[in-house]
Amino acid sequence: MTPIETAIAEELRKIAPDIDAAEIDHAADLRDECDIDSMDFLNLVTALGQRYGLEMPEADYPQMRSFGNLAAYIAARAS
Amino acid sequence: MTTFRMPSLGSDMEDGTLVEWLKAPGDEVARGEIIAVVETQKGAIEIECFEVGTFDHALVETGRKVPVGTPLAVIRAPGEEGTAAAEPPPAPHPPEPMAAPAEPAAPEPTAPEPEPAPELAPAPQPAPTSQPATATGTGSLRISPAARRRAEEAGLDPAVFAGAASPVHLADVEARLAGGAQSSTAQPGDAGAGSALSEMRKAIAAAMTRSKREIPHYYLAHDIDLTGLNDRLATANAGRAPGDRLLPGAVYLHALAAVLKKFPEFNGHFVDGAFRPSDAVNAGMAIRLRGGGLVAPAILGAEALDLDAIMAALRDLVSRARTGRFRASEFAAATITLTSLGDRGVDAMTGVITPPQVAIVGLGTPRQRPWVRDDAVVPRTVATLTLAADHRVSDGHRGALFLNALADRITSTEIP
Repeated sequence: MTPIETAIAEELRKIAPDIDAAEIDHAADLRDECDIDSMDFLNLVTALGQRYGLEMPEADYPQMRSFGNLAAYIAARAS
Repeated sequence: MTTFRMPSLGSDMEDGTLVEWLKAPGDEVARGEIIAVVETQKGAIEIECFEVGTFDHALVETGRKVPVGTPLAVIRAPGEEGTAAAEPPPAPHPPEPMAAPAEPAAPEPTAPEPEPAPELAPAPQPAPTSQPATATGTGSLRISPAARRRAEEAGLDPAVFAGAASPVHLADVEARLAGGAQSSTAQPGDAGAGSALSEMRKAIAAAMTRSKREIPHYYLAHDIDLTGLNDRLATANAGRAPGDRLLPGAVYLHALAAVLKKFPEFNGHFVDGAFRPSDAVNAGMAIRLRGGGLVAPAILGAEALDLDAIMAALRDLVSRARTGRFRASEFAAATITLTSLGDRGVDAMTGVITPPQVAIVGLGTPRQRPWVRDDAVVPRTVATLTLAADHRVSDGHRGALFLNALADRITSTEIP
């Protein structure tokens, strides 16, 4: 896993402690894959936004649909 | 000297398991400070102490399941002399069929009591297999709630960590599981996950059975157009950092708290044949738990909070529902419940009131539906708002006025 993927897995763990990050399908819808609701997702975005100094606006949420999308989104913007 | 007792977190709670002491003998205790964690049917709950003083000594060791009302610890008032050193370690009491082995210092469960025995009889044990973890010698084991839960889910007996020098954390359980070092007493797929869930299911069953037996429900539903609200939320959130963003659930709760001032017959408790309205709106939020079951901890005094404060409280409750703990005061006090089905649910729910409350409001999943607006059928984001209320306290007419007022309040909410 890349450092960004590791960071996502760490933050996911706080929201869904029962999820094994190694088992997540990186192409699947993250919210379905991990069974997380809108509040969980907002908490995830908040934590990652703070970690990487990103705004991660709601309008961009469609670009963060899967684990892989989310990692790519952060990688393209994080310095 | 005062004793700190196992609190009751609802009429359906008979006992709780002491999981962790957050204070050691000699520590100062402030009013409202969390001093212990107790595992109940509702999950791990943080217990606040409402005394000021010094934690003198514990009367119950971790891992023990004791009835509501059992003295757990002695709190010394400011200026009082300590007794911890003078007294022998507490013997477990009252004796239970499932009692954990006593500590070495108190080999006989029947050893003479240094403290007056509690007046309470032991609560009936629900089932012999209900608490495998506490029954197998984890008496002095310090294990975090998350770790305990994970171990139980995996069928791993926490007793395998007995003798650990430091508290057992989730990572320790994971490491043990990863190493395949399953306890020989654990049987795959049985008691662990089964018992944790069944405790939660028992709590839900008790409350819901009582509700359906005692409360004559009536039900109302009303469709509302959320398009405008969602647009205003999107606009406001575009200028907010993730940590300050608002979700529709906060708007629903804020609106509910505001409207209840004019409809007091939906906010309070029905106790001993009489309705007691509540001035404060302690809004219970139904939150599902990962792994099954749900809880409805309350946001206390929601009528005094603005939208951002409600959002912060909601965020805090949900994140604690996932990984952490609730505080005892959040459970006993809910005066009404709100359940929002979120954006991936279904159109509507017919609520079951949690006694002794008298109403539950539900908001279905908003979705695009054909809607008549200015004499034309147009696609709008519509959700179904529902109310289940207690007919002993209110009638359908008042319920309809309440639901209409709530609908207006939600749809007209301006987002700062």
